[in-house]
Amino acid sequence: MIGYLLRRLGYALPIMLGVSFLCFMLVYLAPGDPLVSILPADASAELQKQMMQLYGFDRPLIEQFVRWLWRALQGDLGHSIATSRPVVDEVFKAVGNTLMIAVLATLIGFTLGALFGFVAGYFRNSWGDRLASFVSVIGVSLPNYWLGMVLVIVFSAQLMWLPATGAGPGGSGSWTWDWEHVQYLILPALTMSFIPMGIVARTVRALVADILSQEFVVGLRARGLGEWGVFKHVVKNCAPTALAVMGLQLGYLLGGSILIETVFSWPGTGFLLNQAIFQRDLPLLQGTILVLALFFVALNLLVDVLQTIFDPRIERG
Amino acid sequence: MSMKLPKQTPATALSRFALALSLAIGCTTAAEAAEKVLRIGMTAGDIPRTLGQPDQGYEGNRFTGITLYDSLTQWDLSSGDKASVLIPGLAESWSVDPADQTKWIFKLRPDVTFHDGSPFNADAVVWNVDKVLNKDAPQYDPSQIGVTASRMPTLRSARKVDELTVELTTSEPDSFLPYNLTNLFMASPSHWQAKADALPASVADPAARSQQAWAAFAADSSGTGPFKQARFVPRERLEIVANTDYWDAKRRPQIDRVVLLPLPEASARTAALMSGQVDWIEAPAPDSIDAIKARGYKLYSNLQPHLWPWQFSLLPESPFHDKQVRQAANLCVNREELKALLSGQMEPATGVVEPGDPWRGNPSFQVRYDVAAGQKLMQAAGYSASKPAKVKVQTSASGSGQMQPLPMNEYIQQNLRDCYFDVEFDVLEWNTLYSSWRLGAKDPAAHGADATNVSAAVMDPFFAMIRFVSSKALPPVSNNWGYYIDEKTDALVEKARTTFDEQARNEALGELHANIVDEAPFLFVAHDVGPRALSAKIGNVVQPRSWFIDIATMTLD
Repeated sequence: MIGYLLRRLGYALPIMLGVSFLCFMLVYLAPGDPLVSILPADASAELQKQMMQLYGFDRPLIEQFVRWLWRALQGDLGHSIATSRPVVDEVFKAVGNTLMIAVLATLIGFTLGALFGFVAGYFRNSWGDRLASFVSVIGVSLPNYWLGMVLVIVFSAQLMWLPATGAGPGGSGSWTWDWEHVQYLILPALTMSFIPMGIVARTVRALVADILSQEFVVGLRARGLGEWGVFKHVVKNCAPTALAVMGLQLGYLLGGSILIETVFSWPGTGFLLNQAIFQRDLPLLQGTILVLALFFVALNLLVDVLQTIFDPRIERG
Repeated sequence: MSMKLPKQTPATALSRFALALSLAIGCTTAAEAAEKVLRIGMTAGDIPRTLGQPDQGYEGNRFTGITLYDSLTQWDLSSGDKASVLIPGLAESWSVDPADQTKWIFKLRPDVTFHDGSPFNADAVVWNVDKVLNKDAPQYDPSQIGVTASRMPTLRSARKVDELTVELTTSEPDSFLPYNLTNLFMASPSHWQAKADALPASVADPAARSQQAWAAFAADSSGTGPFKQARFVPRERLEIVANTDYWDAKRRPQIDRVVLLPLPEASARTAALMSGQVDWIEAPAPDSIDAIKARGYKLYSNLQPHLWPWQFSLLPESPFHDKQVRQAANLCVNREELKALLSGQMEPATGVVEPGDPWRGNPSFQVRYDVAAGQKLMQAAGYSASKPAKVKVQTSASGSGQMQPLPMNEYIQQNLRDCYFDVEFDVLEWNTLYSSWRLGAKDPAAHGADATNVSAAVMDPFFAMIRFVSSKALPPVSNNWGYYIDEKTDALVEKARTTFDEQARNEALGELHANIVDEAPFLFVAHDVGPRALSAKIGNVVQPRSWFIDIATMTLD
């Protein structure tokens, strides 16, 4: 197991280096001026040149990358051009905020998705299957920003039951786990849970249907195992793939949904990325993408390890 | 005389405790309820910088500039009926040296203190000029020079004459300097120094020390403005409280606390208003205006110093090189219908500024909707229905101040077809379009366009007119994107710039403006009206003809 873990870590390192190189370079492909947030278009060319020198954007890209990587390895992702605040502080605060809705959305999505998937898989071609499949198709098909807007119109603007925007009455800086704050989580997390719910439901349905048709299930039943016992075997066989799907979904959600977080003004990674993109705030953009990509790599690693625990054949393979 | 108290049982003690507790809670609640809190949903995606030179365009100046800080000169925001004019701020008076018109003397207002209690004086002015112009000053901050130095293009230095007198020097005689100085906000040198002194000695690099001291200052700022910074949560909220010692008694805030929230998405802002989370939103979603009014909110708007134009290329290969074609385009846009398309949220543009403005002048060419006259001009220029003028226009799908660029442009495209124009659009991402504006029509980034659709703030003479038409402002120096070069215009610019008497300068600017309308280097389309929706409980609201609005004079029931 330890050897497997070390081998997987060994694979992850070049991936992380490649990711850091790509995320540094890709932002330069986008058109526009990296100083647009602090330098109006009516600023003189002389002033622009002076600013490019002051911020080091006049140096060769490779030199900029090496400097950036060296600082990043020491935990310094630089300072935001637009705000002068340290990128590390901005990113980790946003990651914490996104983590709250992403974990809640994953819990909702996975629970409902697994429920619908099992119902649909166990009772194939019944009305229960059709209903569960319909709900899961809706989950993956509805544009989530549209759903978010509809939920806001109904539950905030019309019924006035839940707040429309923000991360608590005093902002995320004063977050506590009480109803006054938690009510701000409900609409964004619910909106965010729809896609993972649909994907997990479809995956679990297919897995359950496949497992139930396998000979070992017939064998189990022939040996007189009760339905509950068979169900436990089905769950155990489903788990590795379902976990992998859920891990990927959590990874996607940790990246934050730019649209959902913008609709709800939720100060997470999606909202931060949106601002960084619109302001061409390159250090913030590079830092945010890097941290998210590393989270994704780490999460994949974790899922691989969990899969191995559930199914030791994967390690042997 | 003594009074015998009844014997206290556990039950009576408990009921007294409960009574005391409920009274305490009641008092606290009453105290909280007594605090007048105004919550505003901004269009900005982040809190504009609070260190004295805000970002996020003029919305930044509106909410974290003129609230927390003052400048030497300021805009009069007390009237919604006439153009906003320049009035004294932290300077009581100013004059140019008749012997050397590059030198200005500013007399400062006495007895003004910063929020931290330190005095405002000539040293503070010199220190604030140095923060953006003197590279050797410890407080020099590159992140502030972009939004400041570009708005004060001729200011070079400041010198203390005495405690309340300061001399400012410009690179050339420039009568527009007092307008430019509305963009330089006075931050407290003492407070900044305290932040710098608190930094660890390990931060040895002067640039790093300055950056970190400014970051600390931004989190806990000190200006002289009518509000003081109270609580700052980056990217989420800024709370400012009334400065009860503000030097201008007429502008001492009557609202105790203002909470500023960045809500960049229009429907999210509207939902926040409708659900009662905020009391005021900037730029409500146009299709929700009726619903907002139906809920009892008040909608305010007024002509803003803003222009939504097509800026023509006058290069020889562009059809707009011909003045007749430029004027014809201006005659063929039905601006009133366009206004209806935008639910009334625009004012038709007949120039950079409109009648009633001191810089309007008397143009001989009248911008109006007259298709027959437009067709006649196009025929004279050699165009017809069978031989239309093919023009390419760069625009964006969205962007600050761009209003609704795609439907507006498509409407104009239809209009201009009646006058023998065949319009093609080159739609770019907003930052790309904006960044390439300075590069000009000859640059490959223009993709051979004959016009660019970049909306502009037109607050002061330089930004309203000169940067677009002076031959000294050709790319890449400034925004004369279309290479408009005209000796008469240059002479009028020079005349306005070197006329120091206010009345005479307004007349000179009127002449310049009339010349611009006659020469039509723009398709004048619309002015934004800065719509905002406010709760009916907010009183004394004056929406001036400005990008700014004065929260300090408002009331809250």
